[in-house]
Amino acid sequence: MTELLQADTVPLVFAAVAVFCVTVYVLADGLDLGVGILFLAAPRDADRDLMMTSIEPVWDGNETWLVMGGTLLFAAFPAGYYILLPAFYLPIMFMLFALIFRGVAFGFRLQATRFRLVWDIAFFAGSVLATFCQGLILGGLINGVPVENGMFSGGPFSFLSLLGVLCGAGLVGGYALIGAGWLIWKTDGATQVFAREIAHAALILTAAMMALVSAWSAWSVPEVAARWFAFPNLALLAPVPLVTLAVIVALWRGIWEGAQARTFLLALALFALGLIGLIVSLWPYLVPRHVTVWDGMSDPQSLAFLAVGVAVIIPIVLAYQAHAYWVFRGKTVHEHGAYGRHAGS
Amino acid sequence: MDAVALSRLQFAFTIGFHILWPTLTIGTAWFVTVLSALWWRTGNTVYRDLMRFWMRLFALGFGMGVVTGIVLSYEIGTNWAGFSRSVANVLGPLFAYETMTAFFLEAGFIGIMLFGEGRVSKGAHVFACLMVAMGALISSTWIIAANSWMQTPAGAVADAQGIYHVVSWWDVIFTASFPYRLAHMVCASFLTCSFVIAGVSAFHLWRGQHVAASRTGFSMALWLALVLAPLQIVIGDMHGRNTMVEQPTKLAAMEGLWETTKGPAMTVIAWPDMAAQKNLYAIDIPHLASLYLTHSWDGQVQGLKAVPPADQPYVPVVFFAFRIMAGIGVVLLATAITGFVLRLRGKLFTARWFQILTMATTPLGFLAVLAGWTVTEAGRQPWIIYGALRTADAAAPVAAGAVTTSLLIFFAVYNVLLLAFVWFAGRVALKGPIDTSPPTREHPGMERSTLGAFTTSPVPSPARGTDPARA
Repeated sequence: MTELLQADTVPLVFAAVAVFCVTVYVLADGLDLGVGILFLAAPRDADRDLMMTSIEPVWDGNETWLVMGGTLLFAAFPAGYYILLPAFYLPIMFMLFALIFRGVAFGFRLQATRFRLVWDIAFFAGSVLATFCQGLILGGLINGVPVENGMFSGGPFSFLSLLGVLCGAGLVGGYALIGAGWLIWKTDGATQVFAREIAHAALILTAAMMALVSAWSAWSVPEVAARWFAFPNLALLAPVPLVTLAVIVALWRGIWEGAQARTFLLALALFALGLIGLIVSLWPYLVPRHVTVWDGMSDPQSLAFLAVGVAVIIPIVLAYQAHAYWVFRGKTVHEHGAYGRHAGS
Repeated sequence: MDAVALSRLQFAFTIGFHILWPTLTIGTAWFVTVLSALWWRTGNTVYRDLMRFWMRLFALGFGMGVVTGIVLSYEIGTNWAGFSRSVANVLGPLFAYETMTAFFLEAGFIGIMLFGEGRVSKGAHVFACLMVAMGALISSTWIIAANSWMQTPAGAVADAQGIYHVVSWWDVIFTASFPYRLAHMVCASFLTCSFVIAGVSAFHLWRGQHVAASRTGFSMALWLALVLAPLQIVIGDMHGRNTMVEQPTKLAAMEGLWETTKGPAMTVIAWPDMAAQKNLYAIDIPHLASLYLTHSWDGQVQGLKAVPPADQPYVPVVFFAFRIMAGIGVVLLATAITGFVLRLRGKLFTARWFQILTMATTPLGFLAVLAGWTVTEAGRQPWIIYGALRTADAAAPVAAGAVTTSLLIFFAVYNVLLLAFVWFAGRVALKGPIDTSPPTREHPGMERSTLGAFTTSPVPSPARGTDPARA
C-alpha cells in the first residue's frame, strides 16, 4: 500500500515542480517580454533606455526558467518532451528565433549608434513574436495533438487553431500588463505615466481574451466543458472565475494609485489564476487526452536522482535570484553598464 | 534531402555556432575574475581598466551563448524525438542538473558582474565573477558528461523497446572518455582565450595605444599560452589513445588507417576514398603513428575495414578536420614558444612582426575547436549512441519542409548575428580599454591619444587647467 502511494505521489510532486517552473517562467519572463512588447509604444528614446536598463540585470535569469522547463520535461516527463516538441515544431522554432533577436538586442542596442532603431525593432518584434508563439502552443495544447503509437502523428501545421490565435493575443496583452506594472514600480516621471496609460489597454485586451479563450475552449473542447460544468466541480471551481473578476476590477481601479508594486503584483495574480484555470482544464494529462502524467513520467531511479537536485538546488537558486533583484532594487536610474560605450569613464 | 539529413545539418550548424561562445566565455570569465581580484587586492587601476574592457567583450559573447544555447535544449526534442524517447531517463537528469547548477548560477550573478560594480563591494564583485566563471565550468562538465555517454555509453541498459534505464549514475557520468574530453575542451577554451587576449592586446601595442593595460594583458595571455599549448597537446594525445581503445573506428578515420596494422605509419596527408576503401595520394611516415598511439615501434592499431562500410563514418570529414585541429595546435605552440624566446631577450613588447603574428592567431583557437568537435561528432557516425542507436533511427516525426524552413532561417539569422557580433565586439576590441590612469609625461607625443589632443587644441583650455590629474 505504501509503495502504491509512493508510486502515485512521485509524479504528483514532479508535476507540481513542473507547474512551479512554468509559473515562475511565465511571471518572470512575462515582465521582461512585456517591457519588450511596450518598447516601441513608449514616446521617447529616454523611456526606452530606462525600460531596457530596468530589466537588463534580470532578464537572463528569467529566461533560464524556459530552459529549466524544457530540461525538466525531458528528465521527468519525457513523453511530453518527445511528443509535444515535434508537434509544435514551427511555433517553437519561431519563438526561439524571436528570443534570439530580443536577447542580443540588449547588448547590441547600446553599442549601436546609427542603426539603433533596427535593434529597437528587433527587441520589440522579438518580444511580441515569442509571446504570440507561446500563445499558439498553449492554444494547440488545449485543443490536443494527434498521437499514434506513442509519437506525434500530425503535420507541420496541425498546431494551428483559432484558440491558439486568441491565446496569443491574450498572452501579448497579459505580458504587456505585467511589463506595465513592472515599469510603474521601477520607474518614475514620464516613463511611469506612459506605463500607467498603456496598462489600461493591456488590461482590456487581457481580460477580453481570457473571457474569449475560456468560452471558446469550453464550447469547442467538450472535455474541458465537462470538467468545469459537471456537478460538484461547478460549485468547487466557481471561486476561480469570481476571484479573477475581482482581481481585474482591482487592477482597473488601482492603475493610477501609488507608485509601488501593486499593479505588478495584481497582474502576476491574474496570470496565476489563469494558470490554475488551465490546469483544471487539462489535468491529469501531459499530452491532452493521450498521455497522463503517470504514463509519461521517467524511471523511478531517474526521478530520485533528479529529486535530490530539485529539493536542494532550486531553493538556493530562488534565493540568489531574489538577491539579484534586491541588489537592483528601487527606481531604475539610467546609466551605461558593462555594455555601454562610456563604461569606466 | 530527407528530414533526418536536414535535422543533422541543422543540429550541426546550430551546435557548431553555439560552441564558439562558450569557448570564448569560459576563458574570459576566468580572466575577468582574476582581474577583478587583482584590482580588489592591489588597487592598481590598470587591472580595473582591463577588467572593464574584457567584461564588455565577455558580455557580448555571453549573450550570444545564452540565446543560441536555448535553441539546443529544445532542438533535442523537436528534431530528435526518437533519441529523446530512448535516452530521457539517462540524459534528461544530466541536462536538468546543468540548468540547475550552471545556467542559474551564471544568470543569478551575471547582472551583478556586469552592472553591479558600483552597487556591491569589490570583494562581492569578485565573488559574482567567480560564480559566473564557475557556472561556465560546471555547465561544460555536465554537457560533456552527456556527450561522453553518447560516445562511450555505460551504466544503463536498453529494454526491448530501446528505452535506456539507469543502473548506476556514477557509471553514467564518469564514462571512459569523459575525463579526457572534458580536459581537452576546457583547455581548448582557455587556450583560445589566451590567444584572443594576446591578439587584441597586440593590436593596441602595434598602434601604440593603451600601452600599460595592453602590455599587462599581452604578458598574462602569453604566459598562459606557454603553459596551455603544450599541455593541450599532451591531453590530446591521451584523448586520442583513449579513443583508440573505446572507439577504434573513429580513431582509424582520424588516422586514415584502413587495414588493421602492426606498426602503422602516420599519414601526413591523403585523400581517403570511401568507395575503394583506401587512401589516394598518401604521404606516409613509417611507424610514426605506432609510436604516438601505442608508444611502441610495432604496436597493433585497428583499421576501418574491421567494420563493414555501413558502420564507418564519412572518413574524409574526420580525417581533414583532425589535421586542421592538430595543425592549429602546433601553430599555437610555436607562437607561444616564440613569445617566450622574445620575452627572455626583452623584446616581447617591441617586436612588431610578433604583434602581427599574434593578431593573426586570434581566430585560430575557434577554428580548432570547431574542427575538434567535427572529429568527435562526425567520427561517431553512423551512430548517435556509439554502437547502440543509429542516427537515422533517432529522428523526430517532423516534415522535411518544416525543417528546411527552420534551417534556412537559422542560417540567415546566425549569419546576421555573427556579422553584428564581429561589428560590435570588433569595435569595442579595437577601441581598447579606457585609460583612466594619470598620463605619464615620459614620452610626450608618443601615444596617439595624447597626440590627437595636442593637434586639435594647441591652447590648453581652462577646463584642462583645473583637472587635478593634469595639474
